[in-house]
Amino acid sequence: MTTPFSSILLVFAAAFVGSFGSVFLKAGAGRLHRNPLTLLLNWRLAVGVALFVASSLLFIAGIRRGELTILYPMVSLGYIFTLLWSRLFFGEPFTRNKFFGLGLILAGIVLLSLGNR
Amino acid sequence: MNHHPATVSPERPSFRFTQRQAIALVFVCTIFGAAAQILFKFGANDLAGMALGSLFGHPLQILRLLLDPPLFAGYCLYGLSTILLTLALRDGELSILYPVISLTYVWVTVLSVLIFKESMNAFKLAGITVIVLGVAVLGRKPGR
Repeated sequence: MTTPFSSILLVFAAAFVGSFGSVFLKAGAGRLHRNPLTLLLNWRLAVGVALFVASSLLFIAGIRRGELTILYPMVSLGYIFTLLWSRLFFGEPFTRNKFFGLGLILAGIVLLSLGNR
Repeated sequence: MNHHPATVSPERPSFRFTQRQAIALVFVCTIFGAAAQILFKFGANDLAGMALGSLFGHPLQILRLLLDPPLFAGYCLYGLSTILLTLALRDGELSILYPVISLTYVWVTVLSVLIFKESMNAFKLAGITVIVLGVAVLGRKPGR
């Protein structure tokens, strides 16, 4: 069974939305303390969870047709956005390892696409 | 409530995992995470005939999706795995935890072939291997 391109696009969209979810979770997690109210009244965490739910709905729509062996690894494209947002919002530096890791992930996605037949 | 005020100050951080606990926790997360993906696929397969518009067309339809038994079970596992992963990533060494995280790709691939009888070929295998390496490298400490 070949995985349709529309499924791949939906999974990419899910990865993009999910990368923003991580940003909000990270921002919220830094404000957690022993007091459980810091968990419950944490709007950043709430937005992060909402984005993850939205991302998961796109993902489920994406995997409803096609193969999980193709579509699940494509979620790793989200790391590329995550690295961009980490740099932009948290000032985390780009390192050689990050570039190398991203290069491998992109190469892996190209190989996967070639295996989609 | 608190009889030992000297031991608990407001600035004291919550519990911490040791490096070993963090690794074990991430390993468990990869299994939960992979199981969640398989449950998602089970639920999603029933939606294969639906158009994208009718899938998200109505708020009630989205609620029905979220409460569909395999999808709901997948969400519970995924949520649990995400929370545990967040805690483990906070306390553990990223360069060790990232390669462990990438095990999820291995479990999902093996389970998809076993359960859904998905096809495997050299390009797919190479692609997944290279992605696993890529995710592992992402967490490496800045080298020389």
